[in-house]
Amino acid sequence: MNHIVCIAYVPDTETKIRIAAGGVSIDEADVKWIVSPYDEYALEGALQMKEAKGGTVTALTFGPARADTGLRECLARGADDAIRIASEGLGEVDSLGVARLLAGAIKALPHDVVWMGNKGVGTDAQVLVPMLAELLDLPHVNLVTKLEWKDGAVLAYREIEGAREIVEMPLPGVIGATKGLNEPRYASLKGIMAAKKKAIAVKTPADAGVDPVTVAGEAAHVRWTKLELPPARQAVKLVPGDDPAKAATELLRLLRDEAKVL
Amino acid sequence: MSFSGVDFLGIEDMLSEDERAVRDLVRAFVDEDVLPIIEECAYEGRFPVELVPKMAAMNLFGSTISEYGLPGLNSVAYGLMAQELERGDSGLRSFVSVQSSLVMYPIYTYGSKEQKDRWIPALARGESIGCFGLTEPDFGSNPAGMRTVAKRDGNDWILNGAKSWITNGSIADVALVWAKVGDVNGPVRGFLVERGMKGFTAPEHRMKMSLRASVTSQLVFEDVRVPAASVLPGVEGLKGPLSCLTQARYGISWGGLGSAMATYTCALDYAKSRKQFKDRPIASHQLVQAKFAFMITEITKGQLLALRLGRMRDAGTMKPEHVSMVKRNNVWVARECAKLAREILGANGIVGEYPVFRHLANIESVFTYEGTHDIHTLVLGQAVTGIPSYNPPME
Repeated sequence: MNHIVCIAYVPDTETKIRIAAGGVSIDEADVKWIVSPYDEYALEGALQMKEAKGGTVTALTFGPARADTGLRECLARGADDAIRIASEGLGEVDSLGVARLLAGAIKALPHDVVWMGNKGVGTDAQVLVPMLAELLDLPHVNLVTKLEWKDGAVLAYREIEGAREIVEMPLPGVIGATKGLNEPRYASLKGIMAAKKKAIAVKTPADAGVDPVTVAGEAAHVRWTKLELPPARQAVKLVPGDDPAKAATELLRLLRDEAKVL
Repeated sequence: MSFSGVDFLGIEDMLSEDERAVRDLVRAFVDEDVLPIIEECAYEGRFPVELVPKMAAMNLFGSTISEYGLPGLNSVAYGLMAQELERGDSGLRSFVSVQSSLVMYPIYTYGSKEQKDRWIPALARGESIGCFGLTEPDFGSNPAGMRTVAKRDGNDWILNGAKSWITNGSIADVALVWAKVGDVNGPVRGFLVERGMKGFTAPEHRMKMSLRASVTSQLVFEDVRVPAASVLPGVEGLKGPLSCLTQARYGISWGGLGSAMATYTCALDYAKSRKQFKDRPIASHQLVQAKFAFMITEITKGQLLALRLGRMRDAGTMKPEHVSMVKRNNVWVARECAKLAREILGANGIVGEYPVFRHLANIESVFTYEGTHDIHTLVLGQAVTGIPSYNPPME
C-alpha cells in the first residue's frame, strides 16, 4: 500500500508566541518549529503499516523552506520520499487553499491511504481532514485511536462521548489520527544519516494544478483580521485554611462576588 | 518543559543540518525518557536499564562506526550526542561512552573478524553490555604499574588479578580486560572475558555518593581460563587502552558541557522566578548576575573548544594532548557551574526536586576519571615544555 502523510510544520507548543507588527501574524523570530504532534501519530501509523504489509510512505507538506527540516525528520523516521509544495511568495493561504494544494499534489501520486493528524497545532482550525477527503473524492474517518486492517478496508475506532464508535472505511481513504493511536518512535541515527542523502522534491502550486491567485490573498475565504494575546493571568489568591468553615465561606464569597462563576 | 539549548554566540550556525538533527533527537529522548525518571534512579542507586533497548534502537551505541550497518556519525554529531546525554545524567553518558568508545571501538579497531562479527552487532543492539577493565585498586593514573597477569597454558590464558572502578562491571556480558602477559614485566594485551567464566566475579562498589544512576564494580579474576581466540590480536602495549581512553575523553569533553548546561539552565530559571527583597527576582541581584556571566562565558568557551576539537578529530589532526586540554577544561567548567548553581538555588540546591545536586555529585567523579584533572594538567605541561613531570627521566 502507498501511504501519503500530510504534515504541518508548526511552532512548538512550548513556544512563547509574540504578535508581529501589523497585528495579524505571529513574530517568527526565535520560534522553534516542530512537526505537529498529531501528524506524528499519522506518520507512525503509516510506518507501522508499511513495516507490516510493505509499500511506501511519502511525507507531504505545504510551507516555506524551513519545513524541509520537518520533512527530513519524517525521512529519518522511515518515510521513503518527501515533497514540499512551496509557499514562498503566496502570502496568507486559508485551510481550503491548503487542502486544494495538498489534494492537487496527492492526485498525482499513487495513494491507498492519506494520513494526517486531526489537527495541526498552528491555527488549530481542524478542518483539513474532511476538506481533503472531499477534494479527493475519498471517504474519511477522523479522530482515530485504533485501526484494524482488512482486505480493501479498515476498521477505525473513535472515542465518542460515553462510547466507542467503530467505523469501517473502504480504501482508498483519508485517516485523521489523534492521540492514543500509537506511540511515535524516535528517529534513529542511521535514519538521520540516510535522510541526509535523500532529496526533498520541491513543487510549485502550479505543479499541484492550482493557480496561486485562486487560493492566496483576496481569494482566501478566511482571513486573519486581528491577533490578540490572552490577558495576563492574575496572581493566585490563596484562602488561608486554618479554620475550614471560615475558609469555605470566604471561598464561596470570592467565587460569587469576584470571579462571578456562581 | 523541553530544553532549548545554550548558545550565546550562535554556534548553531557552525553545525550542519544532520549534526543538529542528531543533537535534537538525543535532546528529545533525554527530555521525554530520561529526565522524568533519573532523579529517582539516582536516589535509589539504580541504572535505568530499561532505557538500553530504546537507546539501541536509536543507534546510540557505536555510532561513529560505519560498518555493521551502524550510522557512521562524524565527531561533532557524536560529541553533541554525548553533550545531551550528560545533560540528562553523567552516568547515562558514561554507559554510552563505555559501550561505544571503550568496548566497541577497541573490538572494532583491534579485534579479529570473528570477534567483531560476534560482538559489534550484539553490543550495537544492546543485547550485550560491555565494560572496560584497566584501572586497578592500586593503579589509577599510572596504569603501567598494573598487576593483573595472564599466563599461557596450552591454547588458553590463565588470568589473575583485580580491576576497580569499572563502569557497567556487574551488568556486563563481556569485559575487555587489559593484562600483562607472562609476568608483571610483560607487555599489555586486551582479553575479552565473558560473564560466567569460572573464577570471574564482579562485585559492585558500595555506598557510592556520585554517579548513583550508574553501575560501578570491581572485576576479580581467580585463575580465569580465557581461550586464545579471546585476545585482541591487533594491539600490544599500553597504547591499546590509552587509544580507547582518548576516544572516551573526547566524548567527555562534550559531556561536561551538557552537565554545565543543565545546572546553568536550572539556576537561570530559578533565579528569574525566585523573589526576595521587595518582590524582585534574585536574577536582578548583581552577585547572582556575576555568577551567570561567569557560567555563560565558560560554557561558550568550552563549546568552541569542543567544536574545534571535533573538527580536528575528523581531519585526523587531533592529538591526545588536545583532548586533555578540552576534557580538563570542560569538566572543570561543569564542576564550577554545578557549584554556582547550587549556591543560587540555596537550600533548593540540595534536594532532588532540582537536578543540580545530582550533577554536582556526578561531576566529582568525572573530574577525576578518564584522566584526573591534575594528570591532564601535566599532559599539557609536557606538551608545551617537552618534559614529562609525572614520570621524569632519571638523572
